[in-house]
Amino acid sequence: MTTGKREAGDGKRDKVGSSVDGWVAGARPATATSGTAENPFFEYLLRLADDRLVLGHRLSEWCGHAPILEEDIALANIALDLIGQASLLLKLAGEIEGKGRSEDTLAYFRDAIEFRNAQLVELPNGDFAVTIVRQFLFDAWDVLVLERLTAASNQSLAGIAAKALKEAKYHLRHTAEWVRMLGDGTAESHARAQRALDDLWPYTAELFLRDAIDAEAVASGSGVDVESLRPRWRQTVDQVIGEATLTVPKDGFAPRGGRAGRHTEHLGRMLADMQSLARAHPGAAW
Amino acid sequence: MVTVADSRREEILTWLEEVKDPEVPVLSIRELGVLREVEVSGDEVVVVMTPTYSGCPAMHAMEADVVTTLARHGVPNARVRTVYAPAWTTDWISDEAKAKLAAYGIAPPARVESDDLVALRRRAPVECPYCHSVNTIVRSEFGSTACKAILFCNGCHQPFELFKAI
Repeated sequence: MTTGKREAGDGKRDKVGSSVDGWVAGARPATATSGTAENPFFEYLLRLADDRLVLGHRLSEWCGHAPILEEDIALANIALDLIGQASLLLKLAGEIEGKGRSEDTLAYFRDAIEFRNAQLVELPNGDFAVTIVRQFLFDAWDVLVLERLTAASNQSLAGIAAKALKEAKYHLRHTAEWVRMLGDGTAESHARAQRALDDLWPYTAELFLRDAIDAEAVASGSGVDVESLRPRWRQTVDQVIGEATLTVPKDGFAPRGGRAGRHTEHLGRMLADMQSLARAHPGAAW
Repeated sequence: MVTVADSRREEILTWLEEVKDPEVPVLSIRELGVLREVEVSGDEVVVVMTPTYSGCPAMHAMEADVVTTLARHGVPNARVRTVYAPAWTTDWISDEAKAKLAAYGIAPPARVESDDLVALRRRAPVECPYCHSVNTIVRSEFGSTACKAILFCNGCHQPFELFKAI
Protein backbone atom coordinates (compact mmCIF):
# COMPACT_ATOMS: atom_id res chain seq x y z
CA MET A 1 0.00 0.00 0.00
CA THR A 2 1.34 3.35 -0.83
CA THR A 3 -1.16 6.15 -0.94
CA GLY A 4 -4.10 4.47 0.68
CA LYS A 5 -6.09 4.46 -2.51
CA ARG A 6 -5.07 1.25 -4.25
CA GLU A 7 -8.04 -0.72 -3.00
CA ALA A 8 -10.28 1.66 -4.89
CA GLY A 9 -9.44 -0.19 -8.10
CA ASP A 10 -8.11 1.15 -11.34
CA GLY A 11 -11.30 2.68 -12.58
CA LYS A 12 -11.86 4.82 -9.54
CA ARG A 13 -8.27 5.56 -8.68
CA ASP A 14 -8.18 9.15 -9.83
CA LYS A 15 -11.48 10.07 -8.32
CA VAL A 16 -10.79 8.49 -4.95
CA GLY A 17 -7.21 9.68 -4.98
CA SER A 18 -8.16 13.28 -5.53
CA SER A 19 -10.85 13.23 -2.91
CA VAL A 20 -8.51 11.74 -0.32
CA ASP A 21 -5.76 14.18 -1.08
CA GLY A 22 -8.19 17.02 -1.56
CA TRP A 23 -9.45 16.44 1.96
CA VAL A 24 -5.98 16.34 3.39
CA ALA A 25 -4.58 19.23 1.45
CA GLY A 26 -7.60 21.44 1.35
CA ALA A 27 -9.59 20.99 4.54
CA ARG A 28 -6.86 21.95 6.97
CA PRO A 29 -6.35 25.63 7.63
CA ALA A 30 -3.14 26.74 5.96
CA THR A 31 -1.33 28.93 8.42
CA ALA A 32 1.72 28.84 6.22
CA THR A 33 1.43 30.81 3.04
CA SER A 34 2.89 29.56 -0.17
CA GLY A 35 5.60 31.57 -1.77
CA THR A 36 6.10 34.39 0.70
CA ALA A 37 8.04 34.38 3.92
CA GLU A 38 9.83 36.59 6.35
CA ASN A 39 13.11 34.87 5.53
CA PRO A 40 12.85 33.24 2.10
CA PHE A 41 16.31 31.66 2.08
CA PHE A 42 15.58 29.98 5.42
CA GLU A 43 12.36 28.62 3.89
CA TYR A 44 14.28 27.47 0.83
CA LEU A 45 16.83 25.58 2.93
CA LEU A 46 14.00 23.94 4.90
CA ARG A 47 12.60 22.56 1.64
CA LEU A 48 15.94 21.03 0.73
CA ALA A 49 16.51 19.70 4.23
CA ASP A 50 13.02 18.36 4.90
CA ASP A 51 12.91 16.30 1.68
CA ARG A 52 16.01 14.52 2.95
CA LEU A 53 15.02 14.25 6.59
CA VAL A 54 11.59 12.79 5.86
CA LEU A 55 12.75 10.43 3.11
CA GLY A 56 15.74 9.38 5.22
CA HIS A 57 13.45 8.54 8.11
CA ARG A 58 11.10 6.60 5.83
CA LEU A 59 14.02 4.53 4.54
CA SER A 60 15.24 3.91 8.07
CA GLU A 61 11.89 2.21 8.77
CA TRP A 62 13.13 -0.64 6.55
CA CYS A 63 16.02 -1.38 8.89
CA GLY A 64 15.63 -5.03 9.90
CA HIS A 65 12.66 -5.51 7.54
CA ALA A 66 14.03 -5.41 3.99
CA PRO A 67 13.43 -8.45 1.74
CA ILE A 68 17.16 -9.32 1.60
CA LEU A 69 20.10 -8.46 3.82
CA GLU A 70 21.95 -6.51 1.11
CA GLU A 71 18.99 -4.22 0.60
CA ASP A 72 18.53 -3.80 4.33
CA ILE A 73 22.09 -2.49 4.42
CA ALA A 74 21.62 -0.41 1.27
CA LEU A 75 18.44 1.32 2.44
CA ALA A 76 19.98 2.05 5.84
CA ASN A 77 23.08 3.48 4.13
CA ILE A 78 21.03 5.70 1.84
CA ALA A 79 18.99 6.80 4.87
CA LEU A 80 22.22 7.68 6.68
CA ASP A 81 23.42 9.82 3.76
CA LEU A 82 20.07 11.63 3.50
CA ILE A 83 19.80 12.27 7.24
CA GLY A 84 23.42 13.45 7.28
CA GLN A 85 22.66 15.88 4.46
CA ALA A 86 19.51 17.04 6.27
CA SER A 87 21.54 17.66 9.40
CA LEU A 88 24.03 19.89 7.52
CA LEU A 89 21.24 21.78 5.75
CA LEU A 90 19.20 22.30 8.92
CA LYS A 91 22.30 23.56 10.73
CA LEU A 92 22.82 26.08 7.93
CA ALA A 93 19.10 26.97 7.98
CA GLY A 94 19.32 27.63 11.72
CA GLU A 95 22.28 29.95 11.18
CA ILE A 96 20.47 31.80 8.38
CA GLU A 97 17.36 32.14 10.55
CA GLY A 98 19.46 33.56 13.36
CA LYS A 99 17.07 32.63 16.17
CA GLY A 100 19.32 30.10 17.85
CA ARG A 101 17.57 26.99 16.55
CA SER A 102 19.95 24.06 16.08
CA GLU A 103 19.56 21.28 13.52
CA ASP A 104 18.09 19.05 16.24
CA THR A 105 15.58 21.70 17.31
CA LEU A 106 14.47 22.10 13.71
CA ALA A 107 14.21 18.35 13.14
CA TYR A 108 12.46 17.36 16.35
CA PHE A 109 10.47 20.39 17.50
CA ARG A 110 8.58 21.45 14.41
CA ASP A 111 5.10 20.09 13.71
CA ALA A 112 3.90 18.69 10.39
CA ILE A 113 2.52 22.03 9.22
CA GLU A 114 5.99 23.54 9.59
CA PHE A 115 7.63 20.90 7.40
CA ARG A 116 8.42 21.92 3.83
CA ASN A 117 9.08 18.57 2.14
CA ALA A 118 7.30 17.48 -1.02
CA GLN A 119 4.46 15.04 -0.31
CA LEU A 120 6.17 12.30 -2.36
CA VAL A 121 8.74 11.61 0.35
CA GLU A 122 6.30 11.36 3.26
CA LEU A 123 4.11 8.63 1.73
CA PRO A 124 4.29 5.30 3.54
CA ASN A 125 6.94 2.87 2.28
CA GLY A 126 4.48 0.39 0.81
CA ASP A 127 6.14 -2.71 -0.55
CA PHE A 128 9.77 -2.88 -1.70
CA ALA A 129 8.75 -1.78 -5.22
CA VAL A 130 7.10 1.40 -3.90
CA THR A 131 10.17 2.26 -1.84
CA ILE A 132 12.59 1.62 -4.70
CA VAL A 133 10.53 3.36 -7.39
CA ARG A 134 10.04 6.40 -5.15
CA GLN A 135 13.74 6.49 -4.35
CA PHE A 136 14.63 6.28 -8.03
CA LEU A 137 12.21 9.09 -8.98
CA PHE A 138 13.64 11.21 -6.17
CA ASP A 139 17.30 10.40 -6.87
CA ALA A 140 16.95 11.27 -10.57
CA TRP A 141 15.58 14.68 -9.48
CA ASP A 142 18.03 15.10 -6.62
CA VAL A 143 21.13 14.67 -8.80
CA LEU A 144 19.93 17.50 -11.06
CA VAL A 145 19.08 19.80 -8.15
CA LEU A 146 22.40 19.19 -6.41
CA GLU A 147 24.39 19.68 -9.65
CA ARG A 148 22.95 23.20 -9.88
CA LEU A 149 23.42 23.93 -6.19
CA THR A 150 27.16 23.22 -6.37
CA ALA A 151 27.32 26.65 -8.05
CA ALA A 152 25.28 28.38 -5.30
CA SER A 153 26.54 31.80 -4.26
CA ASN A 154 26.15 30.75 -0.63
CA GLN A 155 29.43 28.88 -0.14
CA SER A 156 28.14 26.67 2.67
CA LEU A 157 25.25 25.48 0.53
CA ALA A 158 27.57 24.92 -2.46
CA GLY A 159 29.89 22.81 -0.28
CA ILE A 160 27.06 20.67 1.12
CA ALA A 161 25.65 20.20 -2.40
CA ALA A 162 28.99 19.09 -3.83
CA LYS A 163 29.30 16.47 -1.12
CA ALA A 164 25.68 15.34 -1.37
CA LEU A 165 25.90 15.11 -5.17
CA LYS A 166 28.46 12.31 -4.99
CA GLU A 167 26.19 10.41 -2.63
CA ALA A 168 23.10 11.06 -4.75
CA LYS A 169 24.80 9.74 -7.92
CA TYR A 170 25.67 6.54 -6.09
CA HIS A 171 22.07 6.22 -4.88
CA LEU A 172 20.75 6.79 -8.39
CA ARG A 173 22.95 4.10 -9.89
CA HIS A 174 21.67 1.67 -7.28
CA THR A 175 17.99 2.50 -7.50
CA ALA A 176 18.04 2.66 -11.33
CA GLU A 177 19.53 -0.84 -11.33
CA TRP A 178 16.76 -2.06 -9.03
CA VAL A 179 14.02 -0.47 -11.13
CA ARG A 180 15.40 -2.39 -14.12
CA MET A 181 15.53 -5.62 -12.12
CA LEU A 182 12.00 -5.27 -10.75
CA GLY A 183 10.44 -4.12 -14.02
CA ASP A 184 12.27 -6.62 -16.18
CA GLY A 185 12.04 -9.39 -13.59
CA THR A 186 9.14 -11.72 -12.84
CA ALA A 187 5.50 -11.06 -13.70
CA GLU A 188 4.92 -10.32 -10.02
CA SER A 189 7.81 -7.86 -9.66
CA HIS A 190 6.84 -6.19 -12.95
CA ALA A 191 3.24 -5.75 -11.82
CA ARG A 192 4.27 -4.36 -8.45
CA ALA A 193 6.80 -1.96 -9.98
CA GLN A 194 4.23 -0.68 -12.50
CA ARG A 195 1.62 -0.25 -9.78
CA ALA A 196 4.14 1.66 -7.64
CA LEU A 197 5.01 3.89 -10.59
CA ASP A 198 1.33 4.56 -11.32
CA ASP A 199 0.58 5.41 -7.68
CA LEU A 200 3.65 7.61 -7.14
CA TRP A 201 3.74 9.43 -10.47
CA PRO A 202 1.18 12.13 -9.56
CA TYR A 203 3.30 13.12 -6.57
CA THR A 204 6.38 13.82 -8.71
CA ALA A 205 4.77 16.94 -10.21
CA GLU A 206 5.28 18.84 -6.96
CA LEU A 207 9.06 18.43 -7.26
CA PHE A 208 9.00 20.74 -10.30
CA LEU A 209 6.66 23.47 -9.00
CA ARG A 210 8.25 26.84 -8.37
CA ASP A 211 6.94 29.78 -6.40
CA ALA A 212 8.23 33.09 -5.03
CA ILE A 213 10.53 31.35 -2.53
CA ASP A 214 12.29 29.50 -5.36
CA ALA A 215 12.37 32.64 -7.50
CA GLU A 216 14.03 34.59 -4.70
CA ALA A 217 16.61 31.86 -4.12
CA VAL A 218 17.35 31.71 -7.85
CA ALA A 219 17.65 35.51 -8.02
CA SER A 220 20.12 35.50 -5.12
CA GLY A 221 22.26 32.90 -6.93
CA SER A 222 21.59 30.16 -4.37
CA GLY A 223 18.60 28.39 -5.81
CA VAL A 224 17.51 26.08 -8.60
CA ASP A 225 14.78 26.71 -11.15
CA VAL A 226 13.20 23.30 -10.61
CA GLU A 227 10.75 23.72 -13.47
CA SER A 228 13.62 23.87 -15.96
CA LEU A 229 14.94 20.51 -14.71
CA ARG A 230 11.91 18.56 -15.82
CA PRO A 231 13.05 17.69 -19.39
CA ARG A 232 16.36 16.26 -18.18
CA TRP A 233 14.62 14.39 -15.39
CA ARG A 234 12.20 12.88 -17.91
CA GLN A 235 15.16 11.85 -20.06
CA THR A 236 16.70 9.83 -17.21
CA VAL A 237 13.37 8.47 -16.00
CA ASP A 238 12.13 7.54 -19.48
CA GLN A 239 15.40 5.76 -20.27
CA VAL A 240 15.41 3.64 -17.12
CA ILE A 241 11.66 2.99 -17.12
CA GLY A 242 11.96 1.90 -20.75
CA GLU A 243 14.82 -0.46 -20.00
CA ALA A 244 12.73 -1.81 -17.14
CA THR A 245 9.93 -2.60 -19.65
CA LEU A 246 7.61 -0.42 -17.59
CA THR A 247 5.28 2.28 -18.88
CA VAL A 248 5.61 5.92 -17.89
CA PRO A 249 2.17 7.02 -16.61
CA LYS A 250 0.31 9.96 -18.12
CA ASP A 251 0.50 13.28 -16.33
CA GLY A 252 -2.77 14.33 -14.75
CA PHE A 253 -4.00 14.67 -11.20
CA ALA A 254 -1.13 16.20 -9.21
CA PRO A 255 -1.36 16.77 -5.47
CA ARG A 256 0.63 19.69 -4.10
CA GLY A 257 1.06 21.73 -0.94
CA GLY A 258 3.99 20.14 0.85
CA ARG A 259 6.24 23.15 0.22
CA ALA A 260 3.70 25.31 2.05
CA GLY A 261 3.20 22.93 4.95
CA ARG A 262 0.10 21.16 3.66
CA HIS A 263 0.76 17.46 3.97
CA THR A 264 -0.95 14.10 3.74
CA GLU A 265 -2.11 12.57 7.00
CA HIS A 266 0.91 10.24 6.84
CA LEU A 267 3.49 12.88 7.80
CA GLY A 268 2.01 13.58 11.23
CA ARG A 269 2.13 9.90 12.14
CA MET A 270 5.68 9.59 10.90
CA LEU A 271 6.80 12.62 12.89
CA ALA A 272 5.08 11.32 16.03
CA ASP A 273 7.36 8.33 15.77
CA MET A 274 10.48 10.22 14.71
CA GLN A 275 10.16 12.99 17.29
CA SER A 276 8.85 11.09 20.31
CA LEU A 277 12.22 10.41 21.94
CA ALA A 278 13.50 13.97 21.58
CA ARG A 279 10.23 15.37 22.89
CA ALA A 280 10.09 12.98 25.84
CA HIS A 281 13.62 14.03 26.84
CA PRO A 282 14.08 17.60 25.61
CA GLY A 283 17.71 18.71 25.62
CA ALA A 284 19.04 15.19 26.17
CA ALA A 285 22.48 14.57 24.64
CA TRP A 286 24.96 11.74 24.45
CA MET B 1 62.55 30.32 6.75
CA VAL B 2 61.00 27.81 9.11
CA THR B 3 59.00 29.63 11.75
CA VAL B 4 58.15 28.34 15.20
CA ALA B 5 54.58 27.89 14.08
CA ASP B 6 55.72 25.84 11.06
CA SER B 7 57.78 23.41 13.12
CA ARG B 8 54.98 23.18 15.67
CA ARG B 9 52.60 22.38 12.83
CA GLU B 10 54.90 19.64 11.53
CA GLU B 11 55.12 18.17 15.00
CA ILE B 12 51.33 18.14 15.39
CA LEU B 13 50.91 16.53 11.96
CA THR B 14 53.31 13.77 13.06
CA TRP B 15 51.28 13.13 16.21
CA LEU B 16 48.07 13.07 14.21
CA GLU B 17 49.43 10.12 12.21
CA GLU B 18 48.36 8.11 15.29
CA VAL B 19 44.69 8.91 14.60
CA LYS B 20 43.21 6.22 12.38
CA ASP B 21 39.80 5.75 10.82
CA PRO B 22 38.11 3.45 13.40
CA GLU B 23 36.52 1.42 10.58
CA VAL B 24 39.66 1.27 8.43
CA PRO B 25 42.41 1.17 11.05
CA VAL B 26 45.28 0.90 8.54
CA LEU B 27 44.78 4.44 7.29
CA SER B 28 45.54 7.58 9.25
CA ILE B 29 43.10 10.46 8.90
CA ARG B 30 45.74 12.24 6.79
CA GLU B 31 46.05 9.28 4.41
CA LEU B 32 42.25 9.08 4.22
CA GLY B 33 42.11 12.75 3.26
CA VAL B 34 39.87 13.67 6.17
CA LEU B 35 42.60 15.77 7.82
CA ARG B 36 42.87 18.92 5.68
CA GLU B 37 45.03 21.34 7.62
CA VAL B 38 46.51 22.22 10.98
CA GLU B 39 46.46 25.90 11.89
CA VAL B 40 48.80 27.06 14.63
CA SER B 41 48.54 30.56 16.02
CA GLY B 42 50.30 31.14 19.32
CA ASP B 43 48.90 28.57 21.74
CA GLU B 44 45.86 27.98 19.61
CA VAL B 45 45.68 24.82 17.51
CA VAL B 46 42.85 24.27 15.06
CA VAL B 47 42.60 20.99 13.17
CA VAL B 48 40.61 21.35 9.96
CA MET B 49 38.73 18.21 8.91
CA THR B 50 36.23 17.26 6.23
CA PRO B 51 33.78 14.35 6.47
CA THR B 52 33.89 11.40 4.10
CA TYR B 53 30.10 11.00 3.85
CA SER B 54 27.48 13.49 5.07
CA GLY B 55 26.19 11.09 7.68
CA CYS B 56 29.35 9.16 8.55
CA PRO B 57 29.09 8.31 12.28
CA ALA B 58 32.86 7.62 12.48
CA MET B 59 33.52 11.36 12.04
CA HIS B 60 32.58 12.02 15.65
CA ALA B 61 34.99 9.33 16.80
CA MET B 62 37.80 10.74 14.65
CA GLU B 63 37.22 14.27 15.92
CA ALA B 64 37.29 13.06 19.52
CA ASP B 65 40.46 11.06 18.79
CA VAL B 66 42.18 14.15 17.39
CA VAL B 67 41.46 16.13 20.54
CA THR B 68 42.49 13.36 22.97
CA THR B 69 45.61 12.43 20.96
CA LEU B 70 46.85 16.02 20.96
CA ALA B 71 46.02 16.36 24.66
CA ARG B 72 48.17 13.31 25.31
CA HIS B 73 51.05 15.08 23.55
CA GLY B 74 50.62 18.16 25.70
CA VAL B 75 48.29 20.20 23.46
CA PRO B 76 45.36 20.66 25.84
CA ASN B 77 42.97 22.86 23.93
CA ALA B 78 43.03 21.84 20.28
CA ARG B 79 39.83 22.50 18.39
CA VAL B 80 38.39 20.79 15.33
CA ARG B 81 36.83 22.85 12.57
CA THR B 82 34.76 20.99 9.96
CA VAL B 83 34.74 22.16 6.35
CA TYR B 84 32.65 20.77 3.47
CA ALA B 85 34.41 22.29 0.48
CA PRO B 86 36.19 21.00 -1.43
CA ALA B 87 34.13 17.82 -1.06
CA TRP B 88 36.06 14.76 0.05
CA THR B 89 37.04 12.39 -2.72
CA THR B 90 38.72 9.00 -2.69
CA ASP B 91 41.14 10.45 -5.28
CA TRP B 92 42.91 12.08 -2.30
CA ILE B 93 43.99 8.64 -1.07
CA SER B 94 47.58 8.16 -2.25
CA ASP B 95 48.80 5.06 -4.13
CA GLU B 96 50.83 4.13 -1.06
CA ALA B 97 47.74 4.30 1.14
CA LYS B 98 45.76 2.33 -1.46
CA ALA B 99 48.37 -0.42 -1.24
CA LYS B 100 47.84 -0.50 2.54
CA LEU B 101 44.10 -0.90 1.99
CA ALA B 102 44.65 -3.82 -0.41
CA ALA B 103 47.06 -5.51 2.01
CA TYR B 104 44.41 -5.15 4.71
CA GLY B 105 41.87 -6.97 2.48
CA ILE B 106 39.89 -3.97 1.23
CA ALA B 107 40.00 -3.41 -2.53
CA PRO B 108 41.10 0.22 -3.02
CA PRO B 109 38.92 2.72 -4.91
CA ALA B 110 39.43 3.29 -8.63
CA ARG B 111 39.89 6.83 -9.92
CA VAL B 112 36.65 8.76 -9.82
CA GLU B 113 35.20 9.19 -13.29
CA SER B 114 33.95 12.64 -14.09
CA ASP B 115 31.56 11.42 -16.79
CA ASP B 116 28.16 12.93 -16.30
CA LEU B 117 26.41 9.61 -16.84
CA VAL B 118 28.51 7.67 -14.36
CA ALA B 119 25.48 7.55 -12.08
CA LEU B 120 23.67 5.28 -14.51
CA ARG B 121 26.58 3.05 -15.48
CA ARG B 122 28.06 -0.03 -13.92
CA ARG B 123 31.60 0.09 -12.59
CA ALA B 124 34.71 -1.45 -14.15
CA PRO B 125 35.83 -4.91 -12.92
CA VAL B 126 37.33 -4.89 -9.44
CA GLU B 127 40.43 -6.88 -8.55
CA CYS B 128 40.21 -9.25 -5.60
CA PRO B 129 42.62 -8.04 -2.85
CA TYR B 130 43.41 -11.68 -1.92
CA CYS B 131 44.06 -13.56 -5.21
CA HIS B 132 44.05 -10.62 -7.70
CA SER B 133 41.43 -12.25 -9.90
CA VAL B 134 39.15 -9.81 -11.71
CA ASN B 135 36.44 -12.44 -11.88
CA THR B 136 34.51 -10.71 -9.13
CA ILE B 137 30.90 -9.65 -8.68
CA VAL B 138 29.18 -6.98 -6.64
CA ARG B 139 27.20 -8.60 -3.86
CA SER B 140 26.02 -5.37 -2.32
CA GLU B 141 26.55 -1.77 -3.44
CA PHE B 142 26.52 -0.83 0.23
CA GLY B 143 28.55 -2.38 3.01
CA SER B 144 29.27 -2.31 6.72
CA THR B 145 30.17 1.37 6.56
CA ALA B 146 29.13 4.24 4.28
CA CYS B 147 32.46 4.10 2.41
CA LYS B 148 32.43 0.42 1.40
CA ALA B 149 30.66 -2.04 -0.91
CA ILE B 150 30.64 -5.85 -0.64
CA LEU B 151 31.98 -7.99 -3.48
CA PHE B 152 32.62 -11.66 -4.03
CA CYS B 153 35.58 -13.26 -5.78
CA ASN B 154 34.77 -16.20 -8.05
CA GLY B 155 38.49 -17.01 -8.18
CA CYS B 156 39.17 -17.72 -4.52
CA HIS B 157 35.52 -17.85 -3.37
CA GLN B 158 36.03 -15.13 -0.81
CA PRO B 159 33.80 -12.17 -0.05
CA PHE B 160 35.70 -8.89 0.23
CA GLU B 161 35.07 -5.22 0.71
CA LEU B 162 35.63 -2.46 -1.83
CA PHE B 163 36.32 1.14 -0.89
CA LYS B 164 33.72 3.00 -2.97
CA ALA B 165 35.12 5.57 -5.40
CA ILE B 166 33.37 8.89 -4.92
